[in-house]
Amino acid sequence: MTKPSLNVKDLHVSIEDKEILKGFGIDVKGGEIHAIMGPNGTGKSTLASALMGHPNYEVTSGEATFNGDDLFEMEVDERARAGLFLAMQYPSEVSGVTNADFIRSAMNADREEGDQVSLMQFIRKIDEKMGTLEIDQSFQHRYLNEGFSGGEKKRNEILQLLMLEPKMAILDEIDSGLDIDALKVVAKGINQLRTDDFGCMIITHYQRLLNYIEPDYVHVMMQGRIVKSGGPELAQKLEEQGYDWIKEELGIEDETVGQE
Amino acid sequence: MTTEVTFPVQQQELQSFSKDRREPQWFTDQRLKALDQAEHLELPNPDKTKITKWNFTSFTFDPETEATASYNELSDAVRTLVGEENKVENLITQKNGITTYAAAKAELKDKGVIFTDIQTALEEHSDLMEKYFMQAVTADENKLTAAHAAMVNGGVFIYVPAGVKVEAPLQAVYAHEGNFGLFNHVLMIVEDQAEATYIENYLSEGSGDQATVNIVAEVVLGREAKVNFGSVDNFADSVTTYVNRRGQVNGEDAELYWSLGMMNDGNTVSDNTTYLHGQGSHADTKSVSIGRGSQVQNFTTNVIHFGKDTDGQILKHGVMRDRATSIFNGISKIEKGATKANGEQTERVLMLSERARGDANPILLIDEDDVTAGHAASVGRIDPLQMFYLMSRGLSRLESERLIIHGFLEPVVGALAIDSVKEQLYDLIERKVY
Ligand SMILES: Nc1ncnc2c1ncn2[C@@H]1O[C@H](COP(=O)(O)OP(=O)(O)O)[C@@H](O)[C@H]1O
Ligand SMILES: [Mg+2]
Repeated sequence: MTKPSLNVKDLHVSIEDKEILKGFGIDVKGGEIHAIMGPNGTGKSTLASALMGHPNYEVTSGEATFNGDDLFEMEVDERARAGLFLAMQYPSEVSGVTNADFIRSAMNADREEGDQVSLMQFIRKIDEKMGTLEIDQSFQHRYLNEGFSGGEKKRNEILQLLMLEPKMAILDEIDSGLDIDALKVVAKGINQLRTDDFGCMIITHYQRLLNYIEPDYVHVMMQGRIVKSGGPELAQKLEEQGYDWIKEELGIEDETVGQE
Repeated sequence: MTTEVTFPVQQQELQSFSKDRREPQWFTDQRLKALDQAEHLELPNPDKTKITKWNFTSFTFDPETEATASYNELSDAVRTLVGEENKVENLITQKNGITTYAAAKAELKDKGVIFTDIQTALEEHSDLMEKYFMQAVTADENKLTAAHAAMVNGGVFIYVPAGVKVEAPLQAVYAHEGNFGLFNHVLMIVEDQAEATYIENYLSEGSGDQATVNIVAEVVLGREAKVNFGSVDNFADSVTTYVNRRGQVNGEDAELYWSLGMMNDGNTVSDNTTYLHGQGSHADTKSVSIGRGSQVQNFTTNVIHFGKDTDGQILKHGVMRDRATSIFNGISKIEKGATKANGEQTERVLMLSERARGDANPILLIDEDDVTAGHAASVGRIDPLQMFYLMSRGLSRLESERLIIHGFLEPVVGALAIDSVKEQLYDLIERKVY
């Protein structure tokens, strides 16, 4: 099996006619974890949303392929069934649909009629993953994200990640709203997935998650593109010194999008 | 403006129809009086729906149906609804008003419960019929209630004596075929401290012919009586339906639960009214509907509080697709003197297409100070961000929509008091939405 790969080149994305991503590029392969760091408002969620196909974001130029296929030619569900996963910063709430029903439907979405996940298999797996993530049993039977606290929503995104086992995941700020114990638990879950068949982009503006999931690459995003890349030591340096030294080095006054 | 609306049934025909059925004189007289009223009264005037051009008069009065008594002669559709014969407990099936099958557990008779068709009830229980028939809904309300009283030609009578709790549901299936005009009447009397569940299904067999159906259900509850009333209306698009379901909750602490699945494909005016007279009595109305094609529907739910400490709950969810139009009116009325009453209602409409139209009108009419009341309403479309979320997990557009619609109806369907109605509705919703 060839390793999964996500290749993004010179990507430009607008929202409501305002350009947010301005020439973003990255290559992520199976077995690699890339951390995308950057202060608020620098386009990180825009990147994640555009790659998954969020209806409000318009790709104006550039390209993105997943395992060689043009992502932007695919519907949202096709991207997912090809193995792409986005843990969202702000997941939707869907009333009347239980978490368990939803996750099971999603697991069966790319399976043939005779190959569906049985109820027993499903229960065994979800029990195990909820154990890993230290999630209460009642979680399954609650309506999808409805009335969930910020932290519960994050855990639910990770639960879905562990249940669906995608080939490539983009995790958008899954650490925000989690205390240090929850962070460790979530990191444990993600580390379980680390194989050559799984690639991951971890979007965060704090370094602390990276203490528990060591990235192979660290990229800093400002003004809608990557302005600096390095190894785990870059994250360390950001933790100690903040982002200002990068801004000085590159002559950036305001790192957010649209103000320059 | 008065539109000329004349029914195809004349006095003489009605008289001989009544005679053939060996009806008591009071009933024949009532029919003839109502026929006269039907000619002169105005059509009902459902809020925000114009029905003056609807078909209420083009139908035949000949059922063209033989009375049968064997399960095997029932149609597949009816048998699917009632299940296997050896599982049938208390059941009456009718086609175009004619009884085609009847079964009742021995315990009903032993306990003095009456579960029979209207025609038999008029012969054998004329006194009870005379006391209650067309009292909750009266002939003089409008042209169509009068027409109903004049031409009633199907239905059942249920009587549960004081203190009797009927365990197994009483079930009725009313099939309609051709351009027969069905005037179906359900009269259900549940005396003090008695309990019963009644489930009815309306369906079309064959299709294509323009027809009209006029249904009245009257439910009367004594002190501490408890009734679950479930119905699934599922007539074809060629059938125009006018239906009144009324509850007279007379006794103290009585409870009436309505579970209404409004799944007709044709134009429909449906009125569901509950009068809470008994102190501490309780009414709960849950209904769901799916609109499709170009049908126009009006669903009005009233809960009228007279008694102190009464509680009324209205919950209605509707899904509209294609070019369907539906008006959802909810009225909680609290009369002077009904202190400590509580009236709450929610109406929600989800529109699946650009051309579907839905309207939710929650109305609170309150003439008493010492009460509590609340309402919520919404009319909207599927949220694109919800779709994005579900599809981002690999669910197709159709499957994602299906989940959202299911979720939208679940607070009503999932909470229905009668499991078999719940199951039927899950099934029907699935079939009607896709
Ligand atoms: N719906 C929107 N309408 C207009 N501007 C938006 C919208 N969403 C995001 N933006 C703008 O896009 C920029 C980048 O946002 P985002 O990608 O969410 O940044 P990050 O995730 O790095 O905090 C911000 O300046 C923000 O104001
Ligand atoms: Mg963000």
